[in-house]
Amino acid sequence: MLAFFLRRLGVMALTMLCLTFVVFYLVNLEPNLRKLAISQTEMHASDEHIESWLTRNGYRRPFLERYAAWIGVWPKKPNIDPETGKQVSRFTYCEEPSVVVYAGVIEGDFGCSTKFKTKVAEKLLPALCATGLLMFWVMATMVPVALFLGILSGMREGSKLDRALSVVSIVTTSTPEYVSGVVLTIIFGTWLGWLNGSAASATGDGITFYNFTLPVITPAIYGMGYIARMTRASMVEVMTAQYIRTARLKGLGFYAVVLKHALRNALIAPFTVIMLQFPWLLTGVVIVEVMFRYQGFGLALVEAAGNNDIDLMLSCSLVSVLLVLVTQLISDVGYAFLNPRIRVQ
Amino acid sequence: MEFMSPFAIVLRVVIQFTPVWMAMAVLLTISFLFKRRLGLYGFIIETGTGFAGVSILSFWLFTAIFAASVAPFDPLGQIVSMKDALPGAIEANSGLPYLLGGDKLARDVFSRMVFGSRIVLIIAPLATFLALSVGIMLGLPAGYFGKRIDAFLSFLANLILAFPIILLFYLLVSPGILETPIPYALAGFFFVFPILLLFTLFWSGYRAHPKQLALRLVLTLLAGGWLFATFVFDSDPFHILRVSPSTLNIFAAVALASGPGIFRIVRSLTLDIKTREYVQAAQTRGETPWFIMLWEILPNARGPLIVDACLRIGYTTILIGALGYFGLGMPPESPDWGTAIKESSRLMRAFVHPALPPALAMMSFVLGLNLLADALREQSLKD
Repeated sequence: MLAFFLRRLGVMALTMLCLTFVVFYLVNLEPNLRKLAISQTEMHASDEHIESWLTRNGYRRPFLERYAAWIGVWPKKPNIDPETGKQVSRFTYCEEPSVVVYAGVIEGDFGCSTKFKTKVAEKLLPALCATGLLMFWVMATMVPVALFLGILSGMREGSKLDRALSVVSIVTTSTPEYVSGVVLTIIFGTWLGWLNGSAASATGDGITFYNFTLPVITPAIYGMGYIARMTRASMVEVMTAQYIRTARLKGLGFYAVVLKHALRNALIAPFTVIMLQFPWLLTGVVIVEVMFRYQGFGLALVEAAGNNDIDLMLSCSLVSVLLVLVTQLISDVGYAFLNPRIRVQ
Repeated sequence: MEFMSPFAIVLRVVIQFTPVWMAMAVLLTISFLFKRRLGLYGFIIETGTGFAGVSILSFWLFTAIFAASVAPFDPLGQIVSMKDALPGAIEANSGLPYLLGGDKLARDVFSRMVFGSRIVLIIAPLATFLALSVGIMLGLPAGYFGKRIDAFLSFLANLILAFPIILLFYLLVSPGILETPIPYALAGFFFVFPILLLFTLFWSGYRAHPKQLALRLVLTLLAGGWLFATFVFDSDPFHILRVSPSTLNIFAAVALASGPGIFRIVRSLTLDIKTREYVQAAQTRGETPWFIMLWEILPNARGPLIVDACLRIGYTTILIGALGYFGLGMPPESPDWGTAIKESSRLMRAFVHPALPPALAMMSFVLGLNLLADALREQSLKD
């Protein structure tokens, strides 16, 4: 078990390294650097201006050295102004060390956000908390409803209830967030006026039923159908097993059999599906946060990407890749724990 | 401004789709008359879900084909007096109504929805086909040979799968990246795979018949070379098709995003099928590995692959819509559904009508694909 765990961690580290390298390469492409330099100097900066700004701030150092410095395994040199000979920070709103230090993500230095004009960590932490809250509520509504629907339709395969619920789950899997968000906002926001079509007030005034319901149920609807279908398939399989027939034949009532014998075994397979929903939920959360203007991780990511905010974008990708890999690990390990028939080698 | 009554609007919308209804009626009548001879399709159309799926998909297919005669207005044309017009408003000069109203740039919402189907119905299946050929070409050897090839390719696939799709799109479909050779290299890499697939298919299958082999290889090379030049370099020698760099970028990004998923399915199917007797028989006969992969394993893996392809076209549609929603890749005036939803969702408090048609169109198209996939899966489970 330990060896398996360590090997998985090793693969994870390698994956992170490869992916951050690719992202680092893509965000540091020449057009992106030029855009950054133009936005940081005067509007009509000449080519020499741009070049000198990039050189002074270390963007012209060898690529691998910069990547290693970003990770934190290579010392970061301070930027020296050639005229005064003093250290200057890249951006006026972020202090940078004036001596040679290791200052990368391993040391906890994520750099400086040019869009929000603050340190990346200061922007990203509250955003992550906000998104965590959103994700929690999405999961808390989506998973129980999906499991309930799945069990209900898998209990008696082919019944009218099963067919009706299958249609419901197919319809929900065909409705991406940007479609259901629009339709729900029109119905509940514009026409009925029950719910707020914007969650912008959630950051300042806290979340309420009025401003938070739509951002929660929009991604929940899209993800629900898939989990419900997986649960149904698993339930159908379990209900045909021998031990269910035995339990029925020894005289147990139908619902007692479902609750005591079928349910536990039927919920093993959906566990993996639910865990693997997290990374996928991330995409949904980005769409929902943009649609409802909720100040979370997704909106930060989109703002960073749209405004060429290199450091913030790197950190966002780091966080999201980490989330994907950790959920994959949890789903594998958890599956082995839940299902005694699986032995990890 | 004069308005039509709600009932008249519905009636007029139904009438506008006349060519589509006629084509659908012909298609479905023929399907039912000859269903016994149509194999799998004949069985599917008899089930409720299958019939619903085929009907919805054929509706959108014929809408895309007859878009020019269904839509009363130019999807990009602006008639200033019709800005934010409510559904059923009659345009004074032509006397034709804006059936579903006008958007904030005074374009006809109905015509835009109809023309949007063209973009979606061309890009989504083609991009899926591209991803499918990549997944097959890499998944087959990974499953068949195993060992290092498998370890390497699986690591690559997991790498891409661990990448959040939205970030991938922002990195790959941003306007700045078009100045670099990356999208062209990526697209060039992906567009080689369909050609490679056909080439290997014919090479391994027709080695004993040099004449037939030569004919097929030459045809593959000509057609493949033409498409490759058209798509990757946007230099169609015959000047028939034009593919802008940003469209190419969408193809590359979507293929990259859904290729690994198909790879994993093909790989696991290959792992399963390669233990069968007919594969062992082929190995004993001394067939080459590629013959076994493409002519023995692939045809027997087609069932799950068809179901997956169906679901995946729907998923690709959703992805392309998301690209449009974030304003990536598509030109801002493009009538595709994702862009239309983005444009209209900003003003939703004031005007609701421009947002609903593209949203419902997108939903119904994906629903049709999912229903068809469901019917296919049910049918394949019966066998």
